This record gives sequence, structure tokens and C-alpha cells, in this order.
Amino acid sequence: MHGFANPKRFLALAKWLTPLLLVSGLALATIALVWGLFFVPPDRLMGETVRILFIHVPAAWLGMGGWTAIAISSLVLLVWKHPLASLAARAAAVPGAVFTALCLITGSIWGRPTWGTWWEWDGRLTSMLVLLFLYFGYIALAQAVSREGGSSRIPAIFGLVGAINIPIINRSVVWWNSIHQPPSITVGKSAIDPAFLIPLGVAVLGFSLLFGGVVLARMRALLAEIQTEARLRRKASGSE
Amino acid sequence: MIGKLLMRDLQMLLPGGRRGGTMLPLLFFVAVAVLYPFAVGPDAPLLAQTGGGVIWIAALLAAILPLDRLIAPDLELGVFDQLALRGVSEEMVVAIRVLAHWLSFAPLLLIATLPAAALLGLEGDTVRLVLLGLLAGTPGLAAIGVMIAALTAGLRGGAALSGLMLIPLAVPILIFGAGSLARADTSGIAYAGAFSLLLIAIAPFAGGAAIRAAREG
Repeated sequence: MHGFANPKRFLALAKWLTPLLLVSGLALATIALVWGLFFVPPDRLMGETVRILFIHVPAAWLGMGGWTAIAISSLVLLVWKHPLASLAARAAAVPGAVFTALCLITGSIWGRPTWGTWWEWDGRLTSMLVLLFLYFGYIALAQAVSREGGSSRIPAIFGLVGAINIPIINRSVVWWNSIHQPPSITVGKSAIDPAFLIPLGVAVLGFSLLFGGVVLARMRALLAEIQTEARLRRKASGSE
Repeated sequence: MIGKLLMRDLQMLLPGGRRGGTMLPLLFFVAVAVLYPFAVGPDAPLLAQTGGGVIWIAALLAAILPLDRLIAPDLELGVFDQLALRGVSEEMVVAIRVLAHWLSFAPLLLIATLPAAALLGLEGDTVRLVLLGLLAGTPGLAAIGVMIAALTAGLRGGAALSGLMLIPLAVPILIFGAGSLARADTSGIAYAGAFSLLLIAIAPFAGGAAIRAAREG
């Protein structure tokens, strides 16, 4: 793992990995969305609204995956003081928040015709909304810390504490009698017809690759920012 | 040493204490209960039905007010560095501060709940549930407060930031604590208490790590 602690080696890898992930992710996500929009049959119960789920499910997965990435990076930073971990956590925060918001919005649009309500205060929806506010808190804290030159371990501690919410979201539909359906896909078993499951899998894969590409691109941008600042500082001290 | 630290923290945090703790959060708490009937109209059944929730919201918002006094002044003065030199771990310091913070606001908040409940015209059973719920939930609020205060100590604009960070962490306490009012039983209060205990277990380590991180820059 510490092999990639060298920013140079990381940048060399990220340089070709970023466009690869972005392009393949974009391609797969487009295929899955076109597939889901035009070629999947309408669901027996949900009708045409089932097509929203091809965005909703990957967004929910990446909203939670984003915070899991923050928590793991934070742990790596706090335990091993890995220099790139804080950048990874900061880079994952904004796309994670965007996907969480997308999940809530698409879920709300889907819920209106299907459940007959835009919003229901049940365990799954509430814990997902809490996740969005945790993202806002994390982003604000990370920005304040980097603006004022504080320790990057400060947001990492908040990232770890906020991770309590992830198992709560995951288990919420099991613990509470929720309007949201219980997990349809469990290990080795699926309650979803292959006609829906395959494009859904492609969508999840595509959006995940896209997420990875965005995180890498943002990490490169953050690294570039740090390097520019260091160079300017060197120049300023050299001219004096 | 532990007793001395607790006494010192209490002197600092108690309203009217030697180093200027204030009644402000409590006055704010009562002020919300006073303002609420103006906003929705003095309709007794409506007030009695929703008043318990208003007291919970007021308690939550009042918990945000003292956050910038909890850790930041001592961090600036170097108190934590001195204590570290004496061999007192940051975790112990934070644990004591959580206890002191709770002692300095929760008993007074529970007492202030009585006039607030009277202003909102709450029934005896509801008042009992609100008091029990606050008793179970305020230790968790104190733990979150000290933890967040340690994380944002030394940052400019820390107050707004603290509020933004406190609210999502406090939501479970509010849901379970205030949720018991709607169902009129104490099962939710047990969950609020459980979440409080979880936060109390986390706070010393998170807060201690934050103080060390702030020291090392």
C-alpha cells in the first residue's frame, strides 16, 4: 500500500487510469440507461416507473459507497498516516454527496406515482437524508481545515464517527417496518427478473467506474493545487 | 487529579461560574417555548399535542450555543498541553469535560423544562415522557457537543460549522427521544439512551484524537 504513498508513482498510475475509468464508466452507464429507458419491458406492478431505478439504485449504492470510501481512507490516514488518504477522502466527498442527493431526488420522483407520496419519514429515507447532511458537514469541515491549514486528521475523525450511519442505512429496511422494500438482492439470491437485473448490474458497474474516475481526477487536481502552492512558496522564499 | 479537573471544568462551564459560563442557552431554550405559541396561535389542544416536540427542538438548538466555549479557549491557552505534560491523556480530559458539560446544562435544562411545559400547556404524562427522554438523550448531546467542539476548535466560523456537524449526529436521539411522545410509551427512550451510551463511548477517543491533531498541526 505504501508503494503508492509516493505522489509521483500515484500520478503516473492515475494519469492513464483516470481517462480509462471515466470513458468506460460513461460508456457503460450510457448503455445501461438507454437499455433501461427503451428496451426493458415495463414492470408488472410498477409499470414504466421502473426505469427510474436504473439511476436510483446506482446512486444509492454510490452515496453509501462514497462515505464508506471516506471512512476507509480516514482509517488509513489515522492509522498509517498515508499521505494520499486525506486527498482520497476529500475527493470522494463531493461526488458522494451528489449521488446521495440524486438517490433522494430520483426516489422521491419514483415514490410519487408508486407509493402516492413524495416523501415518507421512515427509516431508510430518513437515514439517507442524514447521510446527505453528514456529507455537507464533512465537506464544510474539510474546506475550513484546508483553508486555515489545520490537520487533515480532523475531518478524518469526523469521517470515521459519521460511519455509524452506514450500517443503520443498510439495515434500516430490516429493522423498521418500512414503506421501502426489503433488500431484493442478497448473496446468491435475487428477487429481480434477469431482464431488469442485467441492465441494473451494468448501470451499477458503469456509475461505479465513473465515480472512481471522478475521485481520481479530483485527487489529481488537489495534488496539483498543493504542488503549485509549494512551488509559489519556494519561489517567494528564493527571491527574498 | 480527576476530581480537580472536574471541579475546574465545572467552574468554567456552570452558568454564573468563575470564568463566565452563561445562562444564555437556557434563556434561549425558554424563549423558544415562549415564542412558539405566538407563531402557531394559543390553541391549547394544538400546543399540548406538539409542545413536547418543540421542547426537544429547543433543547437540540440550545445545545449548539455553548459549543465554541467547550474546547477552543483551553486549546488557545495551552491547557491541554500542560495536562499532557502532567501525564493526563487527552481521552481522560475529554471524558471529564463531557461529564462537566452535561452537569452544567442538563439539570438546569430539565428544571427549565417545567416552566416551558407549563407555557405550552402539556399534560402530566407528556411532561414525564419529555423529562425522561431528555434525561436519556442529553448525555448523548453532551458527548456530541464536546466531540464537535474539539474538532472545530481553532477554526474561524466554527459556530455555524459546529451546528452543521451536530445536527445529523443528533438526529437519532431526537427521533427516538421525541418519537416516544407520539406513541406515549417509553420504548423509544430506551433507544435514545442506548444511542447516548454509544456516543459517550466514542466521544473521548474522537475528541482526544482531535485535540492531538490540532496540537500537531
